[in-house]
Amino acid sequence: MEFVSSGIFYILMFLSVYVQVFFLLTFLENRKRITIRQGKVRLAQYPAVTILVPCWNEEKTIYKTACSLLNLHYPKDKLHIFLINDGSTDGTWNTIRRFRKHPNIKVFNKKNGGKYTALNLGLENLETPFVGCLDADSYADPEALVRIMSYFEKDSEIMAVASAAVIYNPQTLIQSAQQIEYHISAFTKKMLGTLNALHVTPGTLPVYKREVFDRLGGFKKAYNSEDGEIALRMHANKMKIDYCHEAVVHTLGPDTLRGLFRQRVRWMYGFLRNLMDYRFLLLKRQFGHLAFFTLPAALISIVTVVYVFGRMAVKIANFIAQKIGYYQTVGFSLSDSAPRFDLFYMNTKITFFLLVIFSSMLLMTIIFGRNLVDKKSKFYTRHIFTYVVLYGALAPFWLLKSIYNLFRGRQAIWR
Amino acid sequence: MQHPKTDWVKYIVVFFITVMLFGTATFFSNYFSNKKLEELKSIQDNVAIDILASETQFSLLEESSCQDISKETILSEELASLSDKISYSEKNLSSKSDEVIRLKQYYSLLEIKDFLLMNRLSERCNRPSIFILHFYDNEDCEPCVRQWYVLGELRAKYPQLRVYSFDYNLDLSTIRTLIKIYKIPEEMPSLILNGKLHKGFQDIESIELALPALAKILEPEEGFEPTTSTLQKWRSTN
Repeated sequence: MEFVSSGIFYILMFLSVYVQVFFLLTFLENRKRITIRQGKVRLAQYPAVTILVPCWNEEKTIYKTACSLLNLHYPKDKLHIFLINDGSTDGTWNTIRRFRKHPNIKVFNKKNGGKYTALNLGLENLETPFVGCLDADSYADPEALVRIMSYFEKDSEIMAVASAAVIYNPQTLIQSAQQIEYHISAFTKKMLGTLNALHVTPGTLPVYKREVFDRLGGFKKAYNSEDGEIALRMHANKMKIDYCHEAVVHTLGPDTLRGLFRQRVRWMYGFLRNLMDYRFLLLKRQFGHLAFFTLPAALISIVTVVYVFGRMAVKIANFIAQKIGYYQTVGFSLSDSAPRFDLFYMNTKITFFLLVIFSSMLLMTIIFGRNLVDKKSKFYTRHIFTYVVLYGALAPFWLLKSIYNLFRGRQAIWR
Repeated sequence: MQHPKTDWVKYIVVFFITVMLFGTATFFSNYFSNKKLEELKSIQDNVAIDILASETQFSLLEESSCQDISKETILSEELASLSDKISYSEKNLSSKSDEVIRLKQYYSLLEIKDFLLMNRLSERCNRPSIFILHFYDNEDCEPCVRQWYVLGELRAKYPQLRVYSFDYNLDLSTIRTLIKIYKIPEEMPSLILNGKLHKGFQDIESIELALPALAKILEPEEGFEPTTSTLQKWRSTN
């Protein structure tokens, strides 16, 4: 039994290290092409862009979100903003209405029907060749849009460009841990973007060619993960998606464990359900790296986290049982709790060294990701520690909850 | 637009890099495990030298006064720490199990030699013999695990107590002889306390009862200024 368990563990470790090596090798291959432009970017032409902002109970943030869009360094006559109230029950609509006379902004008010319905209302009223989406709890950097549009100018085959999300003003430990996660995510998404293997166009200002929706139809509910579904649908229809690491969008991360947990269950559940719907993409040569790397790697990560967690849970249970046995036998004793400071007892198992290798690669990923998108942010080692502890302890639970929901067919709630 | 052709060479290169990283991890694991074994061998050699030195000292001074024989002939702490390290190695250096077993056999022999020497010393010099022969089963023996806890606790409480632990299933003729001499049953664990066989798990109290000499260890010697902690320990046990 232990032999089989160890065998599975080493296979999963191998695959996890493989995924990390793949990312780092991709980085080395493309390092000269991945530049970070300083200053303002100028385009030969400025195509008209509409940015859709679906809002549901976002009274605290929508004003700032709208202002961030108005501050974009983009010709005002080419920039259109749709603020769409999706049946909010708070003061969101009152805030949105304040913008109704602004020449760049159109406001919409509809019954609550979910984010995808709000986005589709925007698409129905679309008159521009490009459309972007911005969550109402995110703030775009002034240079974000023009940098995204430079990608379309450079490569006419690109049908959508995702931008780089970073955590806005992290205050709590939970948000600081998310900041590290977003740096990792920025690095991996950039690498996937270079391979045309990005599996999601998150709601932090992705910009699409209108043609995408003309050909494929609007957004779908997609288990409250419309941003993942549209990306997979685009891949299924051989449409290219890139990632602009220079287009930074600040997003509010949940500041409570409960909020983070619910958000992740929704994301993970949505990803798994969408993957089931688009399983025909897996391991099909015509879908390139998405089929052979992105989707399998995501599945491997989920299986590894759950398996390692299970293994650790068994070890922790054994340790506790051993301690209970000890105290039952000899009672509380200082000789037992005294630490043994002897290098002899240092772990020298292969697993330990694999963990060192894996952690080093993860650290490189964090540093590269931060340098790509958020170089000005404070870099604290303790945030990395918080990330490792918090995500190590919580991620298995939100994965297990997502898998449980998947089997029960239980929809993840939005908030 | 077509997806770019899958770059199979890259997948293969990544595979080999990953294999190399696994190889590196295996190399370091082996390297440090070997270092540990070397350390074990070195400790064992030191203990062997100590025992030999004690035997020689004992023979040389056979006709002399017992006071001339050092009380600290063999470092029982060193033996105990060696026992802990071998036990740890057995659990954690599975890839080196053959070498660990050889070291364990050697260690068991050293234990027996130390035990014989201590016996002679206590007989000739009329010193209290405070030792425990402990036989255990290394596999699936819950009482044996508990017995280890008790013996560890006793060793911490009485640093001069010598515990000689023997793996019942270890392939060593000397251990088989000991098993015959003391008529050790297959039921594990078994302890020899004051020359008497005690079958099954023994708790701290029953061991202390069977070894009255243990209490004397905590009694302050003549001319010896006890520390507060020693006195507290002594009072708490009396």
